[in-house]
Amino acid sequence: MGMTMTEKILAHHAGLSRVEPGQLINARIDMALANDITGPLAIEEFRKLGLKKVFDRERIALVPDHFTPAKDIKSAEQVKILREFAREQDLPYYFEIGRMGVEHCLLPEEGLVGPGDLVIGADSHTCTYGALGAFATGVGSTDLAAAMATGECWFKVPSTLLLRYRGQLQPWVGGKDLILYTIGLIGVDGARYMAMEFTGETLGQLSMDGRFTMANMAIEAGAKNGIFPVDQKTLEYISGRLKRSYRVFASDPDARYAQIIDIDASRVEPQVAFPYSPGNARSVREIGEIKIDQVVIGSCTNGRIEDLRIAAQILRGKRVHREVRLIIIPCSQKVYAQALKEGLLEIFLEAGAAVSTPTCGPCLGGHMGILARGERAVATTNRNFVGRMGHPESEVYLAGPAVAAASAIKGRIATPEEVL
Amino acid sequence: MRIRGRCHIFGNDVDTDAIIPARYLNTFDPKELARHVMEDADPAFPSRVQPGDIIVAGKNFGCGSSREHAPLAIKAAGIGAVIASSFARIFYRNAINIGLPIFESPEAAQGISPGDEVEIRPEEGIIYNLTKGESYKFTPVPPFMQEIIDAGGLLSYVAKKVKGEHV
Repeated sequence: MGMTMTEKILAHHAGLSRVEPGQLINARIDMALANDITGPLAIEEFRKLGLKKVFDRERIALVPDHFTPAKDIKSAEQVKILREFAREQDLPYYFEIGRMGVEHCLLPEEGLVGPGDLVIGADSHTCTYGALGAFATGVGSTDLAAAMATGECWFKVPSTLLLRYRGQLQPWVGGKDLILYTIGLIGVDGARYMAMEFTGETLGQLSMDGRFTMANMAIEAGAKNGIFPVDQKTLEYISGRLKRSYRVFASDPDARYAQIIDIDASRVEPQVAFPYSPGNARSVREIGEIKIDQVVIGSCTNGRIEDLRIAAQILRGKRVHREVRLIIIPCSQKVYAQALKEGLLEIFLEAGAAVSTPTCGPCLGGHMGILARGERAVATTNRNFVGRMGHPESEVYLAGPAVAAASAIKGRIATPEEVL
Repeated sequence: MRIRGRCHIFGNDVDTDAIIPARYLNTFDPKELARHVMEDADPAFPSRVQPGDIIVAGKNFGCGSSREHAPLAIKAAGIGAVIASSFARIFYRNAINIGLPIFESPEAAQGISPGDEVEIRPEEGIIYNLTKGESYKFTPVPPFMQEIIDAGGLLSYVAKKVKGEHV
């Protein structure tokens, strides 16, 4: 019996020749990540162990991205804990404001994650790195503290849900639409405790940015990790970036899957997920008139250069609706600079959008665009839970950058065809 | 060990933003977090909850963010245990790691009504509903995780290991 790529990566890092779903293993980790919310707690726990040094200073990344640039005194104190720990431990991968990005955009961009890696992060969207053919999963602060001390973490080997996408994508349909459609199909616990393995000819059409978007939201179906096979696009992406050696693992033809789902991607239309669940996905064409107050384009899900290019394509020469605030947040300093170079920022500014320095900001209701009672937003982010972007009686509708940009122009949830 | 308390009922897919909204995450002080526990699921909950009370919920409890602040807030509010049909995986890990007692039991989640008094007997694998005179089984914790619980959480477990390696 063969193994899936998830099983192979876990077996390799546990020093075993094979593993079975359900097996508990102790595995070596290649990278451990924390941010300004989860990091301070992890550092406090790490200190309780009384160790002087972390297991490997080059395998820990600290990214203050959630409430930064510090939104208030308490947040500033949290970041200070990260900063001081990074200095004390001489960590090369602490990323300061002005040189940083939203963690899950930043780490791949900086070449800190590669195919075959095992990565844990004290952030649920750590699963993003599966787009590179790595096993990456979210943990809590205590797990991270233990990993910073030992370089290891325990895992229950997940069973795998195989998703096979076929068919040509419709215009304006991207990774976000595919993943929202998929979560709508299987539900927010449809892959609970499982690996989601994304395969099929359609995904070959997606850029790495589109794949990051899909892997990013595996957690919204309850998955432990999302993972993509490594192909030419993956290798091109890591070329010249990756700071370590890598190893490509592929699923065996006779690998065992808990479930296989075939999706005809050619039938997927631009999607929007209604409050208060990422599983409430619908086709934008079928929803009728939903007026909005705000649009956010950014986050670890859709703040990459391709997302900004799509938004700019739609916003070029247009004006944001007079009753709408459009907030655009490039997900890293490099993406910001690239957007500047390509003239995208000028398009956004002329359309009447606000452009922000990289931050998670409004995605989790931190700052930079909090919603008042009763307000509605379309966001390219990943969660639309109660109170996620502000007041518990506000609403977030999740969509890709094309629908978000079109909606900003129309003042209601709209398809790109309606404005072009 | 027996855990006895009065039950508060919640639905399916209670996410960690509902357990502790991100707007309060500029601190990790458990007492401050406890003041807002379950606030976006039930605004009156923080003022209603009494030490020793038990949370009962449907499937996928604790989905969403990896914030350990969620089980910390529940524990610091004095809640004795969480019973659910199923738990989201990161929440499950975090709860075990910080020593918040959690029990997976679809039958208990279905059988218990608001205000019921229950007694959990972890060693017997049984939850007694004292109000209704019913009993429910729960899924036992795997032995490895029981070791973490018995050690008093992951950190104590790792501390032993780290010290052992240095000897």
